[in-house]
Parts: sequence; structure tokens; C-alpha cells
Amino acid sequence: MAATHSISTRTRAATTSGIAALVLLAVAIVLPAFASRSLIQDLFFILTMLTLAQFWNLLAGYTGLVSVGQQAFVGFGAYMLFGSTILWGVNPVAALALSGLFALLLAIPTAFFVFRLSGAYFAIGTWVVAEVVRLSVAQWQAVGGGTGTSLPRDARDAMWGVEWIEVFFDVRSSEARDILAYWLALALAAATIGGIYWFLRTRRGLALAALRDNVEAAKSVGVDANRMKWIVFLVAAFGTGIAGGLIFLQNGRISPDSAFAVTQWTAFVIFIVVIGGIGTIEGPIIGVLVFFILQEALADFGAVYLIVLGLLGIAIMLFAQRGLWGLFSDRTGIQLFPVRRRLVTPDRGNS
Amino acid sequence: MGAILSLHDVSKSFGALKVADAISFDLPEGQALGIIGPNGAGKSTLFNLITGNLAPDAGRIEYLGRDVTRVPPMQRCLAGMGRSFQIPQPFTGLTVFENLLVAATHGQDRRESDVVDQVAQVLERTELMSVANKPAGGLSLLQRKRLELARAMATQPKLLLLDEIAGGLTDAECTALIETIRALHSDGVTIIWIEHVLHALTAVVERLLVLDFGRVIGIGDPSEIMESREVKEIYLGIEV
Repeated sequence: MAATHSISTRTRAATTSGIAALVLLAVAIVLPAFASRSLIQDLFFILTMLTLAQFWNLLAGYTGLVSVGQQAFVGFGAYMLFGSTILWGVNPVAALALSGLFALLLAIPTAFFVFRLSGAYFAIGTWVVAEVVRLSVAQWQAVGGGTGTSLPRDARDAMWGVEWIEVFFDVRSSEARDILAYWLALALAAATIGGIYWFLRTRRGLALAALRDNVEAAKSVGVDANRMKWIVFLVAAFGTGIAGGLIFLQNGRISPDSAFAVTQWTAFVIFIVVIGGIGTIEGPIIGVLVFFILQEALADFGAVYLIVLGLLGIAIMLFAQRGLWGLFSDRTGIQLFPVRRRLVTPDRGNS
Repeated sequence: MGAILSLHDVSKSFGALKVADAISFDLPEGQALGIIGPNGAGKSTLFNLITGNLAPDAGRIEYLGRDVTRVPPMQRCLAGMGRSFQIPQPFTGLTVFENLLVAATHGQDRRESDVVDQVAQVLERTELMSVANKPAGGLSLLQRKRLELARAMATQPKLLLLDEIAGGLTDAECTALIETIRALHSDGVTIIWIEHVLHALTAVVERLLVLDFGRVIGIGDPSEIMESREVKEIYLGIEV
């Protein structure tokens, strides 16, 4: 037997989708030159929700860490952006890095607490932590206590790049800020998807997929389940914190209730992942598009919107547990982000 | 040859039930030891104690001259302890090749590109090459059993623990599996094998251990053990 076996992850669909993704990214970058302000705002919403969904999917879909408390990191990241801007005069764009960093710091003690729990207890534990953080932040008078605060005008005007965008696109400063936020959201979503895809293709990524399938068996072949849980939890907190900072940077106003909203930052995110397809990169992308379309279509119907979301979520969980992408992928075998490693034998005739 | 594994008065209870009662034995390096006993005798429990999936209440386990009584399973695997599960536990979302790749890279702490040939070799030996790139979720029972064996082999174990790997197979399938295990053993891998299919076991092992109610009631040469009065009474249910 020749000693030259090799591993390949290449597929034709992936090459096509890779090129399509680059084209799409290029179009998305130049889009503000043609698009209306409302479209840019919609895309900002889609991109930030997509980022949150990718991180929740990494947690729940791969490590089985079903967190109902990711709003802790959204809210804490957002508040640290406001706090560092207002108190220390940090440029809001630079403060995004602090959003991620402080969310990461919050995740360390949180993990010590919630990793003692599993399953439903873990889920409740994360929610409890999020509530504790919300109540604590509501005591912070410098950022408006329980009623919240707005980003100061001089901080908004000082945002890096806004002036340049105003001149280049010939727009007012409020619109320029939306364009900047959109670009940052685009960069964040692209980096998130690219980063997760890269990670899943590493040795640790394969271990993550093994853990998703069978924890005991994974441990018995040498996978360090505990370390993987820590890595994923901390990375998800970091990314979720930056997304939180960015969402409220664009919003311009923050309050404890909006920043730590379990419906907006966790329930909707779970919905996106579940209907799209948990445990895949493609799932949350499909999910966020379906979510956005439903939201637009049902915007005038009030509570009916939430009822429809709930029913759709239940139907998918009962009849298509791998979500819409799973339904499609199982039938066609197509993977846009292939992580499947194939053994390539040098001499096909003999093997 | 020195002992690769030594158990000293290892005990474990589930409530009032003693599932391991002061179990002691030495396993010389390179030997194949069979474990038999009626259902509920504590065979799988003994495995879980050796691999670290369960912690003993009392006693000491030494592996490669080191006390591993409190060492977690992941680190025992890195130290060269490989196991199969009684009920096959494949990573169903991964392919057969990927199942082995996880074991080979993490069980030995090596890079993917460095273990490909070794994994391919295991696939050849376990006759899984033809389904290498197929999802493990869609395998037949024999293939699942083979995958259990292959995945344990991919960690390049010094000590291989097999839990009822021949159960539920046809005679022909069983014979093929015995050949694979025998070849592995002749390469110098130490084996502990729990099995109800006695002819499969006695075809490979050099020593037999009989468990009943968590106690070792006999250990020694397979033919002598099978002839002993206690084994016939307790295990085979024959009045002597």
C-alpha cells in the first residue's frame, strides 16, 4: 500500500459558493453608493442578527451549551461601549473592541458558575446570570441607571470615518453613521462566518463535531470536552459582546430593558438557528433571511407576528429537526461551507 | 514482562449493590485477557473503572507503573488506553474516516496530515476502506462493530479494551472479526475482552477471568477455567 493518502475537503458546490460569496461581499461593500438608507438599516439588522445567531449556533449546535442568557453579553458589551465613550472619552469605533473584551471578562466567572450545571439547569443558569447583570447595570448612574442614556453628540461626531463618508457619498452625518455601522456589521458578520468556518476545519473543529454527536465516545478517544466548552463559551461571549456594542452604537440610545432583552437577543436568535438548521453554518444564514421576511410581512399584525413565529418554530422542530437547510442539504447533498474531510486514496483501482 | 495494568482491591457500589468487590489482578504486557460472567456480574462496570468513566469507591489502579485511579478518561486515552463500547457509539454526523481521524489526532495529540496514512491502514485492516467516506450513521451492525474496533485502534493503544464486540454478529462475520483482533494481538497490543460469544473469546485470549456478583471467582488458563466446578455452576448453570 502506497503511503501517500491525503485529505480533501474540496467540492464543486463549495468552489462556486466561495466565488459567489466573494462577489456578494464586494457588492455589499459598495452597496451604500446606490442603496437607500432604509435598505442599509435593514441589512444592518440582518447582519447583526446573523452574527448573534452564528455564535449561538456554535454554542448550542456544536457544544450542546443551550444558553438562554446571551443577552448578558449583548447588554454588557453595549453598556461598556457607552460607559467607555462617556466616562473615558474613547472613540466609539475603538470602544467596540472593549465591548468584546469586557463581555469576555464577564464570561469567565459566568462559566465557572454555569458549567456546574447541565441541560435545562444550564439554560436557566445563564438566564439568571443575565438578569443579575441587567439589575446591576441598572444601578450604574453614570450611564443613566434604570432609564438609560444616549450616546453624546460629540462622541457621535468623533466617530472614525464618518466625516469621510459624508464627503464621499455626499450625505448628512446621521446617514453617514448608518453607512459606517453597516460596514462594521458586514465586517463582523464576514469575520464571524469566516472564523467559524476556519475553526471547524481545524483538528479542534472536528473534535467539536464529535462532541456534538457523542460526548462520552469523544472523551474516550482523547477529546478534551471541558477545554472545548471553555473555548467556545469565551469566543461566543467575545463576538456577542462586539455585536451588542455595534447594535447600540447604531441605535444611539441604550436602556437596561432594551440591552438585556431576552426576546430580542436570545429568543429570536434561537428561532433563527432552529428554523435555519442547527449545527451548520448555512442554517443561521437561511434562518435570518426567513426571520426578516416574516418580520416585514407581518409588521402590521402586532401580536399575530409572534404567534406565527412560535407556530413555525414548533412545526420545524417537529417535522424537520435539522431545519430548512438540513431539509435541502439532505436531499441534494450540497454543502456551501464544506467541513467534510474525504480520504483520497492514491490508486483508486486498488482500494 | 512487567504488568501493564494492575488492579488492587478495586471496589464500587451502586447504593447497596456491590458491582465490584475487591477486584485484584495483574495484566502482563502483550497478553490477551478474556472476561466472562453472567449478565449483571459487573463486567462493563469493571471496564468503566479501568477506563476512568467511573471512579472506584476504594482500591488502586496502576497503568504503566503509574497510579491512574483518579485520572480522567481523556488522559488515560492519551496514555494509550483505547476502548470500544458495548453498544456502538459512532459519531453519526461524521464519516467513517472522520470518526477515525478524531481518534487518531486527539488520542495521540497529532496533526491531521500526519495521521492520514495510519488511519488508512486501520481502515484496511478493519475492512472499512470501501465505506471510508460514507456517513457513520448509515452503517450495518457489522460495520458499526468494526468501526468501534477501528476507532479504538486509531488511537494507537497499548491496551485495548473490547466490550462485547462480537455480540449480535453471524458466525461468518464473527470469524472475520476474530481474525482482525488476532492480527492486532500478534502485533503486541495488550487486550482485555469482555464477550458472551465464548468460542470467539477462547480463539484469541491466553487467560480468562470469571466475574460473578462483582467478585473474581476464577482467573487462569482458559481451558482450565472452563472446566472448573465454580464456573460450570455459576456461569454455565450446570449442576456438578
